Amino acid sequence: MSDTTTEDSTQNGPVLAADGTPLRRSLARALRRQKLRALMLIAPLLIFIMVTFILPVADMLYRSVENGIVSETLPRTVVALADWDASGDTPPDEAVFAALAADMQIAAEEKTHTKLGSRLNYENPGMSSLFRKSGRQVRRWDLETDAPFMEKFLDIDEDWSDIDVWRTIQTYSPSTTSGYYLAAVDMQLGADGPEMRPENERIYLKLFGRTLMMSLAITLSCIALGYPVAWLLANLPMRTSNLLMILVLLPFWTSLLVRTSAWKILLQQQGVINDILVWIGLVSDDARLVMINNQLGTIIAMTHILLPFMILPMYSVMQSINPSYLRAAKSLGATDWTAFWRVYFPQTVPGIGAGSILVFILAIGYYITPALVGGTTGTFISNRIAFHISTSLNWGLAAALGGILLAVVLVFYWAYDKFVGIDNVKLG
Amino acid sequence: MLDQGSDAFVVFDKVQKSYDGQTLVVKDLNLSIGKGEFLTMLGPSGSGKTTCLMMLAGFETATHGDILLDGQGINNIPPHKRGIGMVFQNYALFPHMTVAENLAFPLEVRKLGKSDREAKVKRALDMVQMGDFANRRPAQLSGGQQQRIALARALVFEPELVLMDEPLGALDKQLREHMQFEITRLAHELGITTVYVTHDQTEALTMSDRVAVFNDGRIQQLDPPDTLYEEPKNSFVAQFIGENNSLEGTVKELNNDTAVVQLDDGGLIDCKPVNVNKVGDRTKVSIRPERVEYRSERFQEGAHLLKAEVLEFIYMGDVFRTRLRVAGRDDFIMKCRNAPDQIRLKPGETVNIGWMPEDCRALDA
Repeated sequence: MSDTTTEDSTQNGPVLAADGTPLRRSLARALRRQKLRALMLIAPLLIFIMVTFILPVADMLYRSVENGIVSETLPRTVVALADWDASGDTPPDEAVFAALAADMQIAAEEKTHTKLGSRLNYENPGMSSLFRKSGRQVRRWDLETDAPFMEKFLDIDEDWSDIDVWRTIQTYSPSTTSGYYLAAVDMQLGADGPEMRPENERIYLKLFGRTLMMSLAITLSCIALGYPVAWLLANLPMRTSNLLMILVLLPFWTSLLVRTSAWKILLQQQGVINDILVWIGLVSDDARLVMINNQLGTIIAMTHILLPFMILPMYSVMQSINPSYLRAAKSLGATDWTAFWRVYFPQTVPGIGAGSILVFILAIGYYITPALVGGTTGTFISNRIAFHISTSLNWGLAAALGGILLAVVLVFYWAYDKFVGIDNVKLG
Repeated sequence: MLDQGSDAFVVFDKVQKSYDGQTLVVKDLNLSIGKGEFLTMLGPSGSGKTTCLMMLAGFETATHGDILLDGQGINNIPPHKRGIGMVFQNYALFPHMTVAENLAFPLEVRKLGKSDREAKVKRALDMVQMGDFANRRPAQLSGGQQQRIALARALVFEPELVLMDEPLGALDKQLREHMQFEITRLAHELGITTVYVTHDQTEALTMSDRVAVFNDGRIQQLDPPDTLYEEPKNSFVAQFIGENNSLEGTVKELNNDTAVVQLDDGGLIDCKPVNVNKVGDRTKVSIRPERVEYRSERFQEGAHLLKAEVLEFIYMGDVFRTRLRVAGRDDFIMKCRNAPDQIRLKPGETVNIGWMPEDCRALDA
């Protein structure tokens, strides 16, 4: 009998449990309770993260393409404008102006026309004041008797005959737009589709490039400074290495602002380092080094702040490398350098990888330190995002910039996984 | 087998080692190892045997004294120039390289050409019967397989001297016995000098030409395995090598090759004086369990006998192990071969036990 069951289970389809149900289903049922309990244990964190992280991120990402304001505020105008040929050089006809008058009257009543004005102002400077001015007048018009409206609009402002104004309204009438993303890479929607902005208006690509290059520089200097320290930590006797570990962790116990401000004091032109250099005569008094409020200052301060994130993963990887590997290499005839480079270093690569990913991703989105010590040339894209969030209130653009930043990080992560392998990352 | 002389391949000359400047880990070590010899350093942990090996490999420096390799002082030669093969306790196979790359490593740093390298790697792998594993990673191998690769790597650059630091410690019993055989076979086939460190006395006895028993930073005895087992020179060696019964007493009579010892409970026994100088000395008498006899027809005329009470009878298959109470001690062991005429003693029985005087050695107290 037992013979027949083994035969059945090996030859005819799914393996069966003792009661005849498929083994897979039986196993799933047995594990269900465990899975439920595991889910309940992580549920508080899961809900917390959903509410405070995933949903806001999703909302922000949606804002980067959301553009309902034009079609909501000017519904009739959008419909009437659909047939207008934006590539010609004549403004729309009376029908469009009539629709605009009707829309504006409602919008002015609800005071939504100023919002629309500031939204379109991002795309075409001047439209904010055009809408505010027109809104005030249109409220007093009588839609039944005051036609034709084209003349009246032109009386308010000559700009209503400007083709660009109408192009902007037409371009941004769909409820979603790629405009923010285009703006985030220094492009705009022209009459013939996306085009580069004029040379003097481009800033974001440069900022993205600078953010990447500086993050890379910070990561590299963290590797260079952190590797020997991690090696010492892993190889010194316990007591000494514990003391060293406290020194490495010390920055974590100090406020970020304090550390950044300390660098300001050290690096400024009348600061400690310059004073010492002048005192020992290495630098003349009228040629003090500029080390703060530029890229150098940002790189120095951020390298210091992010260094522990590089040292700790490298340390935990190095600690797990048995010293007998180096001895084995030497006994096999390798010099100290060869033993290090061919045997020790390759085994520390996972630690370097883990540290680099941590530092690079933290650096690429860093905000406070570049804002404080970066001046104008050492600021990051995140400072621009903060500006759009809190000062210009152009959340759509801020969201688009953030979205691109997120995509860049994911691309780096993907590339790292492809070339180094994410399994090679070890935190301990 | 040589003690001193010009054909000694490795010489430790009055070597001392201290780590902290206060205590000596190795005290005045003098040792000559002949070419092609398989020498084992055996001792409990902390006895200084691994330190000696590390000094020979170049990873520790001798605090005092000289180490000579092939007649040349090597105190100031860095490890990578000594050309000594080494097998480590944890194998130390480089985890990021394949088996073949591991074996090619010592050849690469010696700047051998590619075809030479491949030929030697292949030969070394075949030598340990691992030819099919060239492209595996060490992590994909079992402990025994890793052990073979570590051995092949230590031999691939054809060193004249190979050091092994408890290489079989992590293997299970059966594999260990098999590898013991493999290692000795290779060492003898290739004619290499081997220094082997272990704390496992069976390993030391079965593999070595000579065994140096270490304790307390000194070599207690340096002899071939049979001499070591049958003629231990002091009670540490007697106790450390094999199973041993030890009885304490005082020397009553002392001739050239016989002595009578009075045990602490008054009983008299015959033994061979080894490490006692005069009548009245305290001594520990050592007797191997398999040399103890209880059947009266086997005793010599006039031999001294001891009364013994059977406490426990243990059946072990090939032998019977009987625990006895003798001279106030209840850890006295007697081993009898499982022969057809053998009697199985019962707990509670009283028997007379005795032995040939030359099997019973009066050692230091």
